[in-house]
Amino acid sequence: MHLALFLIFAALCVGAAINLLVQKHPINSALSLIVVMGSLALLYLLLGAEFVAAVQVIVYAGAIMVLFVFVIMLLNAGEEEVLPHSSRVAISLGIPSLVVGLTIGVWVIGHYAGLDRIAIGGPQVQHGTESFGAPNPVAHLLFRDFVLPFEVTSILVLIAILGAVVLARREE
Amino acid sequence: MSIGTYILVSIVKIVLVVFILLTAVAYAVLMERKVVGHMQNRWGPSRVGPFGIWQPLADGLKFVFKEDLTPPYVYRPLYLLAPIISVTMALTSIAVIPFGPWISAGRVHTPLQIADVNIGLLIILGVTSIGVYGVALAGWSSNSKYSLLGSLRACAQMVSYEIALGLSLIGVLILAGSFSLRDIVNAQSGTWLGFIPKWFIFQGQFIAFFIYIMAAYAETNRIPFDLPEAETELVAGYHTEYSSMKFAMFFMAEYANMITVACLASVLFLGGWSGPVFGPPLLRSLLPVLWFALRVFIFIFIYIWVRGTLPRFRYDQLMAFGWKFLVPLAIANIIVTSLVVALR
Repeated sequence: MHLALFLIFAALCVGAAINLLVQKHPINSALSLIVVMGSLALLYLLLGAEFVAAVQVIVYAGAIMVLFVFVIMLLNAGEEEVLPHSSRVAISLGIPSLVVGLTIGVWVIGHYAGLDRIAIGGPQVQHGTESFGAPNPVAHLLFRDFVLPFEVTSILVLIAILGAVVLARREE
Repeated sequence: MSIGTYILVSIVKIVLVVFILLTAVAYAVLMERKVVGHMQNRWGPSRVGPFGIWQPLADGLKFVFKEDLTPPYVYRPLYLLAPIISVTMALTSIAVIPFGPWISAGRVHTPLQIADVNIGLLIILGVTSIGVYGVALAGWSSNSKYSLLGSLRACAQMVSYEIALGLSLIGVLILAGSFSLRDIVNAQSGTWLGFIPKWFIFQGQFIAFFIYIMAAYAETNRIPFDLPEAETELVAGYHTEYSSMKFAMFFMAEYANMITVACLASVLFLGGWSGPVFGPPLLRSLLPVLWFALRVFIFIFIYIWVRGTLPRFRYDQLMAFGWKFLVPLAIANIIVTSLVVALR
């Protein structure tokens, strides 16, 4: 069951990601990205991380992508213009080097990080007791074990927001 | 319980809940027309059946047989997808709402809820935030200025008020200590002095309750926050270019969202299905559901009452109210609630 769901949503995720690159119209690309985010959330769910899955949907698929769609709607962005020469060069050189690069990357990560030992379909989620992805364990990690990095990150994000506001303000 | 029985029971529950929800949607529309009619000193629908009670059927038939018109220059794939997203997300969020306690029939022991999950509240928030795309894409793909303006307003409003809505729920979550809606209801059982129920609204969350109601009205695009479909400015807002069943799908989504909001308010603040239970076993198992339905009914009535009473906000007033009043108030509520819980 886990394996079947993993295969379905992994295929959906990769398919939507390819569609995101292939589509000419920005709104179709944005919608493909939403599908990618949604299927990632389902993969998290299969791994037993319910809280992270829900947050993935609320924050990424919900809030951030709404802003993307919003900007596309406001700018009324049209179809992308394809310059014939550049795209031909990109396809003939880019795809083979991408494949080679990815293969090397996967081999290195798999070899040194021990990822080749993880079974497809997710690790065995312990039953009976609360799994590690439920809200309570995540809260313990965030607000007890890693409270300082967590708060520092939120201040960093706050500074980024203020910086964006300052940059976006016109001179009066 | 074997896996076969489990699937069978789940299917029965899903069919029942969807049937009841869609009927409730149809009759909420009728109720709105009747109640607003009486508030404005007229009768409302009164021709189809006694007191017009078959009016929803007539409306449904009319929607099905209307000409389904697709205007030229729309972006077809998204134009078709938008109402589907809206109605699907509106119907999905009912799946985690608990309607009553566990019941037993023979060897089957099951909760009155489609899915009891430990992140129930987060699922509702997530599904609602995906539902925004229905509105956004409808306005954009229609290729009409009224639709686009309506959907821009709707999106901005829904995204802004979702923050106030989410923050207003945190007080309840602190008191209950769980995201599971069933746990939240169970945390409200019992009474003080034998007659004051321990609902969260009486446990100091009444400010949160009013923030929730106001944010929820804005989330569902209802008067006084119905700027996305302000008739005098935008014809009908994001669904201007839709006709026949596609329009009906947006309509169904709006009313289904109202019912979900009412269910959530009863679960989070008003003790869910708690109430006096008495009589023979059958009545005992049905009464909690009846108390729950009564709360939802009262909420829908207040929705309509507000619609019959208040005028529409101006757009800058709407945004200022959301960001400068509701959000700070909700944050203050979180701070006070967590202090009380920490010092208790």
